[in-house]
Amino acid sequence: MSTRTPPAPAAPTSAPPATSTAASRPKLPRWAPWAVFAAAAVAAFLVGRLTSPNLALLVIYTVVLGTVVLYVVSRVVEGPRKATDRLVTSVVYSAFGIAMVPLLSLVYEVTRRGAERLDGEFLNSSLVGITGEGGGAYHAIMGTLIITALTTLISVPIGLLTAIYLVEYGNGRLKKAITFLVDVMTGIPSIVAGLFAYALFALFLGPGIRLGIAGAVALSVLMIPVVVRSAEEVLKLVPNELREAAYALGVPRWRTIVKVVLPTAVAGLGAGITLAIARVIGETAPLLITVGITNATNLDPFDSRMATLPVYAYYQLTQPGVPPEFAIDRAWTAALILIILVMGLNVVARLISRFFAPKNSR
Amino acid sequence: MTTTSSPTTPAGRPKQRPGDRVFAGSAKGAGILILVILAGVAAFLVTESLPALTAPADEIPGGEGLIAYVAPLIFGTLLAAALAILVATPLGVAIALFITNYAPRRLAQVLGYLVDLLVAIPSIVYGFWGIYWLAPKLVPLFQWLEQHLGFIPLFAGPASATGRTMFTAGLVLAVMILPIVSAISREVFLQVPALHREAALALGATRWEMIRMAVLPYGKSGIIGGAMLGLGRALGETLAIALVLSVSGGITFNLIGTGNPSTIAANIALQFPESTGIDVNTLIASGLALFVITLAVNVLARWVVNRRADFSGAN
Repeated sequence: MSTRTPPAPAAPTSAPPATSTAASRPKLPRWAPWAVFAAAAVAAFLVGRLTSPNLALLVIYTVVLGTVVLYVVSRVVEGPRKATDRLVTSVVYSAFGIAMVPLLSLVYEVTRRGAERLDGEFLNSSLVGITGEGGGAYHAIMGTLIITALTTLISVPIGLLTAIYLVEYGNGRLKKAITFLVDVMTGIPSIVAGLFAYALFALFLGPGIRLGIAGAVALSVLMIPVVVRSAEEVLKLVPNELREAAYALGVPRWRTIVKVVLPTAVAGLGAGITLAIARVIGETAPLLITVGITNATNLDPFDSRMATLPVYAYYQLTQPGVPPEFAIDRAWTAALILIILVMGLNVVARLISRFFAPKNSR
Repeated sequence: MTTTSSPTTPAGRPKQRPGDRVFAGSAKGAGILILVILAGVAAFLVTESLPALTAPADEIPGGEGLIAYVAPLIFGTLLAAALAILVATPLGVAIALFITNYAPRRLAQVLGYLVDLLVAIPSIVYGFWGIYWLAPKLVPLFQWLEQHLGFIPLFAGPASATGRTMFTAGLVLAVMILPIVSAISREVFLQVPALHREAALALGATRWEMIRMAVLPYGKSGIIGGAMLGLGRALGETLAIALVLSVSGGITFNLIGTGNPSTIAANIALQFPESTGIDVNTLIASGLALFVITLAVNVLARWVVNRRADFSGAN
């Protein structure tokens, strides 16, 4: 307990001694902040009506006005310390409000624009022979599913075994080095992973190569560290008593891991892997470089270009052709499907960790 | 660390079963494979960028050599990331404070989950949102800035009519890294010993004084580390920038104008599909530069975050 303890009570320097202790001064009633902000809203609305009808601006005016008024009132009635506290409270609440703006507006905007083309044709046809209206993303959806499945096939065994090594076997220098490098790997920019996979395949198969499997390799570089991290956290939670009980019964170490440790941790592992899939399924940059784009349906990841949803969305938006509006609609729908996939995977992860959690542990 | 001290050592050497050997071997192999992959990333990038590093200056796109080609890109990358971190750090810390110290206990978890959802959204969707939602809404702000604060070089203008400026790109990046910054700050704030906080409150501190005296000093390294991890992600972010930023080269500090320097990652994404020959090698060389920069930032960030474990003392 040798750490920094909070400084002595004398710390609030701006306060004059004795008189300004919180108890000795009158307090604003509990409803005061609400009243002030309601009044500010009314005032902002009345004044704002005259100048600009912009709702966002009105909200901003309300918050700023309310905060200032509350600060002044509180400073007069309750003293500077309380006033500062109220000021910070307002700021912290508004910061959270600000952070919600992008999330809500993004989900709303993508749903609104994307819902237009979310129909049977979009899900069932490719872009072969399409120049204007119609067409779909069947080829891109299939491409995304295939490449993500391949990525999972590569990353999960490697990631899981690495986590098992780190938790069950690892010691000394190698363990430290791997832990550190997994951290470093988490920070590799996705585009660099794409360049790596391209360089790897270009070295053996010649420059200009575009393959589905190259995309899977690129995504694996991004996914492996995520799997390792989450699996490691979960395996560490498995109580040591379980392992020792198994050893005491003469069970070999590897069977202990396979039959005792992994089943105990299965919920966490499943959730972690699902989240890792959600993390890579929306990656665009590496696929743009390694897999490219095509209008036709290609389901063979070992043969030439494939289409994937994010890259499809990117090209539909940036190179829409003439007239542009149809392609742009398709781009938004592709973005909507991506969001649905990612959010769906997040929900699945929650469900896994809830329903497969070990019964009556602890 | 010591969750599994080997239980079989005291009774002499345990019997080595083939299953054990295979399993232990493959686990170790997977671990070593990670070292190999990381070494491979570096090695392949270097091999493929060698032609660009050794090529005569006039063969590089732009015709003035590799350094003249990469320098504006590095500048753009750093500028966008710096803007993002300037916006995201205070906001992220405030959100972490809100969730740990202000929000009602029951609500806090749900709200934290909402913020975490921001990570899940694919970067290309942020790009779409940036172009169609954010950029048009910022145009009036840019015009106002140009009129009233135009004397500051940052806002010299002429204001972009599309809103696809460095300022917008920085804001989009800030939104993207916000969850990282706030998640790590939140984790550290949750570890602040209850005794420190209660002691401060018992001495009559208001909530803000308690946060300033007990929470923030304790969480300082977490905030710094979180900001740097966010910086690492902002540096490598590709498509959101490629979509939002309207690029026309050149080093400029003008945040709201029409001519913006590109970033390394966005430039690769925009140029790579149509490039062949030495152009590809040049792009890979710029990717190598990005790799080195993010590597340095991330290693430093990890070091800062992990250092906290040594002196946190509470556990």
